[in-house]
Amino acid sequence: MNTWEFYTTILIPALNKGLALSIEIIIPSAILGLMLGILTGAGRAVGPKWLRKLLEIYVSIFRGTPLVVQLTMWYYGFPTITRFLEPILKPRGWPSFTWDIFMMQPFTAAVFGFTLCSAAYHSEYIRGALLSVRRGQFLAAESLGFTKLQTFLFITAPIALRRAVPGCGNEIIYLIKYSSLALLISIRELTGQSNHIASLYFRHMECYLLTAIYYLAMVTVATVLLNRLERLISLPGMGRAS
Amino acid sequence: MTNALSTPSPEIQKEEKALVPLLSVQGIYKSLGGKLILDDISFDLEKGQLKVLIGPSGSGKSTLLQCIHFLNPPDCGDVILDGKSAREMSRKNICSFRQEIGMIFQDFNLFDHLSAKDNVAIAPRKVKGLTKAQAYERALLELNRVGLSDKADHYPAQLSGGQKQRVSIARALAMDPKIMLLDEPTSALDPELIGEVLNVIADLAKGGMTMLMVTHQIGFARHLTNEIIFMEDGRVVEQGSPELLLDEYVNSRTALFCSRLTELTGR
Ligand SMILES: Nc1ncnc2c1ncn2[C@@H]1O[C@H](COP(=O)(O)OP(=O)(O)OP(=O)(O)O)[C@@H](O)[C@H]1O
Ligand SMILES: [Mg+2]
Repeated sequence: MNTWEFYTTILIPALNKGLALSIEIIIPSAILGLMLGILTGAGRAVGPKWLRKLLEIYVSIFRGTPLVVQLTMWYYGFPTITRFLEPILKPRGWPSFTWDIFMMQPFTAAVFGFTLCSAAYHSEYIRGALLSVRRGQFLAAESLGFTKLQTFLFITAPIALRRAVPGCGNEIIYLIKYSSLALLISIRELTGQSNHIASLYFRHMECYLLTAIYYLAMVTVATVLLNRLERLISLPGMGRAS
Repeated sequence: MTNALSTPSPEIQKEEKALVPLLSVQGIYKSLGGKLILDDISFDLEKGQLKVLIGPSGSGKSTLLQCIHFLNPPDCGDVILDGKSAREMSRKNICSFRQEIGMIFQDFNLFDHLSAKDNVAIAPRKVKGLTKAQAYERALLELNRVGLSDKADHYPAQLSGGQKQRVSIARALAMDPKIMLLDEPTSALDPELIGEVLNVIADLAKGGMTMLMVTHQIGFARHLTNEIIFMEDGRVVEQGSPELLLDEYVNSRTALFCSRLTELTGR
């Protein structure tokens, strides 16, 4: 098989398949991660004290441990939890359940793991942005008769979201790249495919170079979209100069 | 001031009991960070009256205005607006109490993400429940009143300080406040922009708006007010007409403070 044939019939189709799977993982993880991140960030900035403490713990665990450990925990570690529950449940006559309650499909485990991790990072940007809104702006809102909730919804949140866009966008770019860790839980996404082909045909250089170009393309598309979003929501004096 | 024209009969009734003050501040104490900032402040404001509050920096003037507005509730004491006690109000009623008091801040505090028109319209829409069209109509009316109808679509970052302060006055007026509290409305402005804001305030005063104004623009204020309150270290030290405090008792604390101000600023 000549080189050209290898590219067109083996490598590129394999990488395209991997790319499609990567995108299928990245998009729900980005959306769910951002939503959970906004809720977590808001809870940490303006929630009641107990909620803030709880979310603080969540964020420090997910920011403080390697994503590889988190992913393998969800996929391989979590299902074995029944082994620890069995001795507690059985003697009391409680129904013991089968271990597959905790077993996730690799795809589910990946989206679940990426969502939780990326939400922890998003929440940092959201919290920072919420706290950066000047006190004068709430004073003005409350002086006009806004309730605390109205002040948050109509004043603080719109200002803070604009300020959080660059940071959250950055986190989504990271997600595109760390989605490659899904290969560790047996998902043959872009990097997984590349690994597979490379070791099958001993063409590591070409495989990984092309894979890098695929990631670069994804990141470029995401960057263009994020820039467009930033421009769309920017206002005079807020965000990028238009 | 607007409903004085449209509903004559209740107004006449109010005229008869004009002795009841519109706003009554009763024995306010406030501590912040373990320090007593306001020490037993009481005074009344009649309908249509403009009182001027002066005092050295740190004497507690801004804190007092925020206490009156219950933005920063006083530790002790009460504020009675038109017969209603703020102290006895539930949280929800406090929001409607606040609607009736317009507040003007030294540094404007416009909403950065909204155009001038939306800055004025948002509270009528969200708090009073006006439709978008009604709220915009009102906003344009108020912007016109402060001479800014041509800036309706500008964002705060595109306005000068004087224009921002006038938008903030329009924003307060759009809620039909019974009284206005103004906290050094011109002290963050370049000298050449002060005039445009003072003109708007003078128009309001002539139109019969009840106001409490913290200012160091004594020359301007004395022509509009019949009473100056002088505060120092959280207490009302002197209170009286400008003629009395500034001219007759040349050695009053107020006169000394004002002459020092004039020396410093040349105004
Ligand atoms: N949150 C706070 N915690 C502790 N002390 C405070 C706080 N806010 C204000 N103070 C103190 O309260 C005092 C009165 O402040 P305030 O801003 O009311 O004064 P002011 O008369 O408006 O002064 P200025 O003319 O400079 O605006 C000051 O000594 C200030 O340091
Ligand atoms: Mg002040």
